[in-house]
Amino acid sequence: MALTLLNLVIQGVLIGGLYALFALGLSLSLGVMRFINIAHGDMIVLGSFLLMSLSQFLGWSPFLTALFMMPLAFAGGYMLQRFLLQRIVGKSVLPAVLVTFGLAIIIQNGLLEGYGPNTRKLSGGAVEIASINLGGLIDIGVYPLLVFLCAVLTIFALDRFLYKSAMGARIRAVAADPAAADLIGLSAAKIYAIAGGIVGMTMMLAACCMSVWTNFDAAIGPSRLLAAFEAVALGGLGSLWGTLAGGIILGVAQNIGSQFDAAWQTLAQHVVFLVLLVLRPQGLFSKG
Amino acid sequence: MSESAPLLSVEKLNVFYDQFQAVHELDLTVGASEIVSIIGANGAGKSSLLKAIVGQAGRAEGAIRFSGRDLIRTPTPQIVAAGVALVPEGRRLFPGLTVAENLRIGWDLGSKGAIDLKLINKWFPVLAERADTPAQSLSGGQQQMVALGRALLTNPKLLLCDEISLGLAPLIVHQLYEIIPTIRDRGISIVLVEQDIGRSLAVADRFYCMLEGEVSLSGRPEDVSRDSIMQHYFGV
Repeated sequence: MALTLLNLVIQGVLIGGLYALFALGLSLSLGVMRFINIAHGDMIVLGSFLLMSLSQFLGWSPFLTALFMMPLAFAGGYMLQRFLLQRIVGKSVLPAVLVTFGLAIIIQNGLLEGYGPNTRKLSGGAVEIASINLGGLIDIGVYPLLVFLCAVLTIFALDRFLYKSAMGARIRAVAADPAAADLIGLSAAKIYAIAGGIVGMTMMLAACCMSVWTNFDAAIGPSRLLAAFEAVALGGLGSLWGTLAGGIILGVAQNIGSQFDAAWQTLAQHVVFLVLLVLRPQGLFSKG
Repeated sequence: MSESAPLLSVEKLNVFYDQFQAVHELDLTVGASEIVSIIGANGAGKSSLLKAIVGQAGRAEGAIRFSGRDLIRTPTPQIVAAGVALVPEGRRLFPGLTVAENLRIGWDLGSKGAIDLKLINKWFPVLAERADTPAQSLSGGQQQMVALGRALLTNPKLLLCDEISLGLAPLIVHQLYEIIPTIRDRGISIVLVEQDIGRSLAVADRFYCMLEGEVSLSGRPEDVSRDSIMQHYFGV
């Protein structure tokens, strides 16, 4: 029994790494830039489809293709922020919700039109089925472990970038007070665009890890977005490590919930989220 | 006042916020290495004037010439790059950033000139001690020092200060005002906006008194009686 529970927790933690990767871009845009992006989930799904097409076209593995697409993801995020989203930065939350909600609809329907409603999955090759036996009943997949390590490394790098580098300080300055940033010669629009590019890269990473791990289709963005919002809110706005903790809590809750009943998987996730939100509304590691 | 082109020349400036007009047909000049004090009661349009110079007022019409360049409709970062810095009312520090980060941003982007981090730390030693403290946990006086230092580190030719003494202890105000002539000695012109008349007139070469968006009186502090200033300050 204890061993079963331990196994559930370990597997849940590993899924948490995937959730954290998925939520990372949201953690940056919502937590640091204070910009709400309803299309976050759909943009990642769009990334998955583009990755699928390009990887089929080139005949490369999805991982190599994703690496190849990183500069494009940066450029995409940069341009989206610079030419569209920048127009609504600093206004109230409603325009941001409306514009990104519209983007979400456009992406979902565009994907449906272009790729049809079928469920897809990318093949990661042998790494997908490899596993490590930790003794007894506990096996962990090599791929989930790699994704988890990838999440930890990415968060470590982004956290250093945001809180230790000069550009990170600029991003936080612009997010805190765009008008005051202008006053010292820091163009808020340019800095926001760079942050948008970084968000784009984390989205591509999430798209790659997710589409090899599990199925995706044109309409799955919103439900994935919900989990991402929960991970960010649980961890606390502005804290990237908090988002990892939030993702892990959701993953473990899902896994343990599914033990009682398959239908409990998602329910347990939401219940744990709501309970923790009541107990600690500011999140676990809020940076204010 | 020299007749050669001043560093800053504001002509027939009108500033509007929607229907409300905060500044009416205002003319003002600031010469090189000059300290100009702008006094006036709350709501006289002093802050709107400063905001218009850096391109952050509602809608500005007229001419604002700085080193021969018209600043009207120029984006704020370009105005700052041209050599104008504003210490905004309420300080507007980046709260989550440390003291060092707040200061360094201006330095990284500004033109590298006479004023560097070492000098700021010499003027305000407490900032060196608290370099790694988030700006939000500083006292009001220390925050004002960071705000002044941050603006100075962009190495401006013209420094605009909006109510730097507001809400601060007299000792801190004294400390801040001691630095003002030293800054001017580095060739930087300074505009001081204050409600507190005494302190700013004591260091100023010239002053403008504003009343309801217009200049009600201007001149050299030593040429004008205190009574006359008070009359034009309150409009009685």
